[in-house]
Amino acid sequence: MQTAPAFTSERQAEALQLTLTGAWTIEASAALESAAQALLAEGQGARAVIFDLNSIERIDTAGAWLIDRSRDALNRSGIDARYGAARPEFALLLEEAQFRPVTTSKQKPQNLFVSILADVGETMVGAGRSMWSGVAFLGEVIASIIRAFTHPARFRGTSVVAHVETFAFRGLPIIALINFLVGCIVAQQSIFQLQKFGAATFAVDLIGILTLRELAVLLTSIMVAGRSGSAITAELGSMKMREEIDALRVMGLDPIDVLVVPRIIALLISLPLLTFMADMSAIFGGLLVAWTYGGISPDVFFSRLQDAIGMNTFLVGMIKAPFMALVIGMIAAMEGLATQGSAESLGRQVTSSVVKSIFMVIVVDGVFAMFFAAIRY
Amino acid sequence: MTRPSHIEAPAIRVRGLCVGFGEKIILDNLDLDLRRGEVMGFVGGSGTGKSVLTRAILGLVRPRDGLIEVFGEDLSTLPREQYRAMERRWGVLFQHGALFSGLNVLQNIQVPMREYLNLSQSLMDELAMLKIRMVGLPPDAAEKYPSQLSGGMIKRAALARALALDPEIVFLDEPTSGLDPIGAAEFDQLISTLQKTLGLTVFMVTHDLDSLYSVCDRVAALADRKVVAEGTMEDILRSPHPWVRSYFHGERGRRREAAQRAGEHS
Ligand SMILES: Nc1ncnc2c1ncn2[C@@H]1O[C@H](COP(=O)(O)OP(=O)(O)OP(=O)(O)O)[C@@H](O)[C@H]1O
Ligand SMILES: [Mg+2]
Repeated sequence: MQTAPAFTSERQAEALQLTLTGAWTIEASAALESAAQALLAEGQGARAVIFDLNSIERIDTAGAWLIDRSRDALNRSGIDARYGAARPEFALLLEEAQFRPVTTSKQKPQNLFVSILADVGETMVGAGRSMWSGVAFLGEVIASIIRAFTHPARFRGTSVVAHVETFAFRGLPIIALINFLVGCIVAQQSIFQLQKFGAATFAVDLIGILTLRELAVLLTSIMVAGRSGSAITAELGSMKMREEIDALRVMGLDPIDVLVVPRIIALLISLPLLTFMADMSAIFGGLLVAWTYGGISPDVFFSRLQDAIGMNTFLVGMIKAPFMALVIGMIAAMEGLATQGSAESLGRQVTSSVVKSIFMVIVVDGVFAMFFAAIRY
Repeated sequence: MTRPSHIEAPAIRVRGLCVGFGEKIILDNLDLDLRRGEVMGFVGGSGTGKSVLTRAILGLVRPRDGLIEVFGEDLSTLPREQYRAMERRWGVLFQHGALFSGLNVLQNIQVPMREYLNLSQSLMDELAMLKIRMVGLPPDAAEKYPSQLSGGMIKRAALARALALDPEIVFLDEPTSGLDPIGAAEFDQLISTLQKTLGLTVFMVTHDLDSLYSVCDRVAALADRKVVAEGTMEDILRSPHPWVRSYFHGERGRRREAAQRAGEHS
């Protein structure tokens, strides 16, 4: 442990001599700061002050800065403050850490009302811009997809296959499991409620229609948004951060062609496949619960199911899947490419990608529900 | 090889260090001594393991075998509290800066101060601005974020952060790469001032022949997975090792050596 920074003062004929002792290093932290304050207080009122540094044990840049700051403050209040003969290395250090007034640019606080208005304006302009850039981005992606089909040689098939593997194949277990469980829950609840009316077998209609039309595709899309959408945003975002996107550009490669389109095509393939598997697992879950809890045998279950649903019930769910894929892929890619230089910004973009795509998936589902109701499909 | 024994333990003592990744062995039975208060230049070809050695000394890479002592303490057996105290005594400049991207330069420099010390915000601002000035950054760089800095500015800001607590040892991984020659010379000047005034010990990985000649007290060369030459510049120049010879007696090395001689004679 080092001795704390301290000083002794001695009134001489002409000047006040302050002899500094101990270790004036940053390790003393608060003690160092208060010692410098005391130094300044002691010097006030004297005609001249001499700092004697020869008895200091150790000193570092922080100590030198604080001593020099006190000297400067005394000088400015009209006191002749200077250093006594100091060891050459201390003189060098004092030179290096010489006090210069620090100006930190602090913005002056704005009027609260004005700043609220400015915030609202900025948000609106930002929303408008992001809408505009979303449309522009959609155009670019579609143009790039068309290019991929017209020049099949330039199509990045390997990349698409690799992404289908991560999005669909690796995601299958969890998505199947979730839909299986939801199928079970829907079956249990509907049997429980409908039993009161003696209409437990209608639970089969409910399971079939609800899962095929709405639940399977919705849950799958939400899972894919959370699982694959976030991964896409994080990948593209960290590539943006490390200038990898710029590197592609200067090599004459369009990042949309190379990075975005393969992922979106992979999502367009994966999501319908996953939705189909989700349909099957949900119905299987419903069947198991109906059998064990409701006493509806599989034979009865299937014959009721065939009466209750038609091809259109199944297609309503499947038609929605590619649109969901497009929404998720577009949002994930846009958010990823909007990442700025910091790790914080990457985190923000991933969050906003997941939140926005889940929100948009639900909105799109609602729009489709209205549309199918209107055309009575 | 016998060395004069010091009463004080050397700042860093490495014995029989082996580091590898998977099948690949990077450092094999490496010995190194860094004395207190000296500036050591560490040279070696690209990809020979200079950064890996630095990381091993700092405890960021687990060695397969060997002893690493910092200020006479074996880091692998040090209890957590003391290890933290040890970390406070060193400052590190990583090869790629490793500034925190979410903080501006001023806040980056204040991170270690905030963590270890109890200072008022105004004093922390002042000290951070002092460090910014010392490393030769313009004052307006304080408010900038790492993504808004140039390559050389990142190096300087990272050095300012490494010096934030006035450490006893600083590890510098290629500090002058990416700096203009004037900036590099100022940097060397700063290092030698700090060494003289604070008794700073410096471990500097560098390819810069000017730095080696002007500030380094001793130089060590890494080749064939170990330190093949260690000593003052004159010792190194006499080393028979082929890589060392081609490094210091190649085209650039000869030119620098001639310049050094001319400087000494005039
Ligand atoms: N985490 C790691 N996993 C596997 N290999 C690694 C790892 N880190 C480094 N290496 C290997 O160790 C070797 C030495 O790397 P190191 O970064 O130390 O080189 P260097 O001497 O600092 O080179 P340069 O002068 O280019 O910075 C290299 O071959 C590198 O590929
Ligand atoms: Mg390196």
